[in-house]
Amino acid sequence: MNQVDKSFQAGRRQTRKLDLEHGRVEMNHGAGGRAMADLIDLLFRQAFDNPLLNQANDQACFEVAAGRMVLTTDSFVISPLFFPGGNIGSLAVHGTVNDLAMGGAQPLYLTAGFILEEGFPLKDLARIVDAMAEAAREAGVLIVTGDTKVVERGKGDGVFINTAGVGRVLDGVTVSGDLAQVGDKVLVSGTIGDHGVAIMSQRKGLQFATALQSDSASLNALVAHMADAAGGGLRVLRDPTRGGLAATLNEIAAQSSVGVRLLESALPVRSEVRGACELLGLDPLNVANEGKLIAIVAADQAQQILAAMQRDPNGTAAAIIGEVIEDPMHLVRMVTAIGGERVIDWLHGEQLPRIC
Amino acid sequence: MKYVDEFRDGERARGLAAALRQEAQPGRHYRLMEFCGGHTHAVFRYGIPDLLPDNIELVHGPGCPVCVLPTGRLDMAMRLVLDHPEVILASYGDMLRVPGSERRSLLQARADGADVRMVYSISDALELARTNPQRQVVFFGIGFETTTPPTALGILEARRSALDNFSVFCNHVLTPAAMQAILNVDPASEESVEIDGFIGPSHVSVVIGSDSYAFCAGQYHKPVVIAGFEPLDVLQSILMLVRQLNEGRAEIENQYTRAVTSQGNAKAQQVVQEVFTLRPTFEWRGLGQIPTSALAISDDYAIFDAEKRFAMRYVPAAGTKGCECPAVLRGAKKPIDCKLFATACSPESPLGSCMVSDEGACAAYFTYGRFREDALQRQSQQRAAVKARRQA
Ligand code: SF4
Repeated sequence: MNQVDKSFQAGRRQTRKLDLEHGRVEMNHGAGGRAMADLIDLLFRQAFDNPLLNQANDQACFEVAAGRMVLTTDSFVISPLFFPGGNIGSLAVHGTVNDLAMGGAQPLYLTAGFILEEGFPLKDLARIVDAMAEAAREAGVLIVTGDTKVVERGKGDGVFINTAGVGRVLDGVTVSGDLAQVGDKVLVSGTIGDHGVAIMSQRKGLQFATALQSDSASLNALVAHMADAAGGGLRVLRDPTRGGLAATLNEIAAQSSVGVRLLESALPVRSEVRGACELLGLDPLNVANEGKLIAIVAADQAQQILAAMQRDPNGTAAAIIGEVIEDPMHLVRMVTAIGGERVIDWLHGEQLPRIC
Repeated sequence: MKYVDEFRDGERARGLAAALRQEAQPGRHYRLMEFCGGHTHAVFRYGIPDLLPDNIELVHGPGCPVCVLPTGRLDMAMRLVLDHPEVILASYGDMLRVPGSERRSLLQARADGADVRMVYSISDALELARTNPQRQVVFFGIGFETTTPPTALGILEARRSALDNFSVFCNHVLTPAAMQAILNVDPASEESVEIDGFIGPSHVSVVIGSDSYAFCAGQYHKPVVIAGFEPLDVLQSILMLVRQLNEGRAEIENQYTRAVTSQGNAKAQQVVQEVFTLRPTFEWRGLGQIPTSALAISDDYAIFDAEKRFAMRYVPAAGTKGCECPAVLRGAKKPIDCKLFATACSPESPLGSCMVSDEGACAAYFTYGRFREDALQRQSQQRAAVKARRQA
């Protein structure tokens, strides 16, 4: 490049805005200078727009409500970044909102940290950020502060996102993994395995045709409806993400020192998911979900809670799938469709690459 | 998936279970071996033992490729990657977790720097050879008659595209030879298993055809029923075996008619014939040396034979001390008879091959059947008592 061109470029830089159509992430987008300010102003702040964020401080300052607060954080490193039914941005909001909701809380504020790889197309980043903004709006939560870092090409995987969130526990709700009691009912909010199979269907080397969409969704409204319907009988809430239903129920059984018995015939599984799992030698019970929850509730309130779930758009296929039993080995078992019984175990050995 | 549901229907399963309870004669003990690890897996995954009367016992056979590969063969692969830094070893995932001598697995070798890659098929290995022309890619070929044709096709493909940096470490083995070895064990010996009949393999039989088992009925007077992998297939084949035994018949019957013919798949047999030749003898974990029970790459394709290319040498080696895999693979012991089961040995840290593969009996017991321990313990004590009485 000759001298004239260089100065021309340098001159342009003064007024340069973000080229969202053809631009790419550059090292200086994380360097704390003008380029980073452009990225934050033109991309993040425009999308997440809210008074706390717009104060443009290094932290968000807000009033604290009475009652109990919950705080959580989660990092998202998925491949592929875009999948049927969502992308890493929507997932990063749903994941943290759901972690708060599973504590019986309504989410209030989120933070967002981005680790971007040099060379990542700004167009794709904009899609991700827009999806985050939309997911936050839907969940009624504000993204109030954030951070951006850029790593050299080859040292990241496009985009990593961390979100943290705070929420306030709903009145009258106390849920925890150690509260399951013998006789309680186990409920699931809908079909299992949709997210994991939707993602796997896109992955290199595993590509197969499926019209399946990820179930990724925020479940805070569903939890609020369940809490309203339950007369204090809500004991455990958890979202069966990585490791699927099997891992989540095993965790709860261990925490509460109980056993769980499921009924295979009661499990809601889409036929596409069943088919794909058959093909890949997987069990839908081990496959990740992003918009489903498991609830363990007092038996006498199970029906009314189930009815409340089924009225929510994220719970239409909710079902009672089993019960909590006494078991000194704290196993999760299942009565199979043909009437036999087997253990539902954690997944052993090497899992498939990251899927949530 | 309606197709699959049809074979998992609870109503029909209850019907078959009722027929079994009715037809199994109370004075009699039926000991049926499911040869294939796929069946072992299905038996536990669907809880089939819960639907059987007490006097029908399923004995788990050696039909799990990862399980029967002896430690010495795994050691050969291990030495190959450690001694030859130019080699990329391409292997199915399960094989990587089996402990070899000194309890080291290929996964550990990889952590120490050996280039071991997990592949889903031989095509992935061919692709590795194409994209790494400066390296030597060796495919760790294991399996019964189902995986042999794909390996043969892979070798043919390598020849066609003159991929001279590709070879196969061939460990393919043959089902009928192993069945015969089990039937040949002297009934008076400690090793004896006393099997009344076989649930025959499904996918293997698709390739080799049901006629391949004629010797079981002819020479040994043991019935074989070839069964599909779905739970109703298994239940129905058990019923067919019970009926044969009740009527004193020993025939090769085919429950899995939707896929298996008497002659098998001629095309597949042909490519196997083209590329492979019979080994005079081969060692199996648990079954020892079995004559003409395995395949080697034939002389015409010798340049794709990793054993020749790298002058690999077989040195017999013992498995983990205390591991009962050999007896488990013969059907002589149940996983819970092993002192290491669920104590030192689990799928997370397997000490023997039977705990690694999904098709291994130890893994199936651990993953799906742990709550049965009490019942199984009783059954196995009973069996020991019966045997002791008979020997006295
Ligand atoms: S439990 Fe483990 S050590 Fe025992 S026989 Fe099975 S694989 Fe071998």
